[in-house]
Amino acid sequence: MGSIRLVPPPTEETPALHERAMDNLRYIRETMERASAFTGISGWGEVAIGCTAVVAALFAAQQTQFKHWLMIWVAEGAVALLIAGWSMDRKARSLNMPLLNGPGRKVIFSLSPPIFAGGLLTVVLYHAGLTNFIPGVWLLLYGTGVVTGGMFSVPAVPIMGLCFMSLGAASFFAPIAADWFMAAGFGGLHVIFGVLIARRYGG
Amino acid sequence: MAKQSALKNSGPRKHNGSPAGLRELQGRKKGAYLAPQLDRLIHERMRLGIVSALAANESFTFNDLKSLMKTTDGNLSVHARKLEEAGYIACTKYFEGRLPKTEYKLTAAGRRALENYLSHMESLIQQMRGR
Repeated sequence: MGSIRLVPPPTEETPALHERAMDNLRYIRETMERASAFTGISGWGEVAIGCTAVVAALFAAQQTQFKHWLMIWVAEGAVALLIAGWSMDRKARSLNMPLLNGPGRKVIFSLSPPIFAGGLLTVVLYHAGLTNFIPGVWLLLYGTGVVTGGMFSVPAVPIMGLCFMSLGAASFFAPIAADWFMAAGFGGLHVIFGVLIARRYGG
Repeated sequence: MAKQSALKNSGPRKHNGSPAGLRELQGRKKGAYLAPQLDRLIHERMRLGIVSALAANESFTFNDLKSLMKTTDGNLSVHARKLEEAGYIACTKYFEGRLPKTEYKLTAAGRRALENYLSHMESLIQQMRGR
């Protein structure tokens, strides 16, 4: 009677175990990244961005020259970027998660293309003399980036993006009230959704 | 988040001796190649995912965890209950307005189990590379 071999030869099992261990580590890393991106956006950071945007909107509304209006909003954009980076880094550190491997990377990848498109369209519209439509383009494109980036995040984020897109679309039909739309969007929506995210998802 | 009333704080359940993960471990087949300390409780994909997600985030509600893990109510509650029974995660139930909410947190035992699992996987890879 021939003997039955119960244990498979180690030469076959070895690479399979090795690959499974690698796969498990990859799965853990990906799940942790997804989990941190889920609430990686800092609610209080958004509130701060909203507050600075309201101040920017007040100053910008008083300008008579478009160049000055534009400079105020570009400066506000830079301030908002710094606040967003700092607040997300703070939140990522508190969760022991490197910013650029987790939430930061997803936000950068999803927001960069629409922001680049917005910058390009600003130049085109400025040269075409259609500056009244610039706020609408900004709100619409920023909203697009927030919706796409927010797909990895809590439901409040893509909803906020949709609100931005709606405001942008509405501002095309009432370009005279562009400053109000800017204040309502970059100011109001950031504050409202920021408070919501901070209260519900811790900071 | 207005937690109006805490219904139940089931926390990590105590066991006499070892947690369920270790009990499963003790009952494992002998001769499992290079897996002497493998915690089979979190070796299962869904449970490993739940523990990993809670290690990266302080807490998750049932619905957030369900959407993160892309799973069903039944599947998540079965696996979460096993982890809760092992003392790896703590579950808190409360009302937000009129809506009942369930919140999960990783316990110290759960974090230790994940760390042990990670070092086990790493040592496995190291051993394979050393061959």
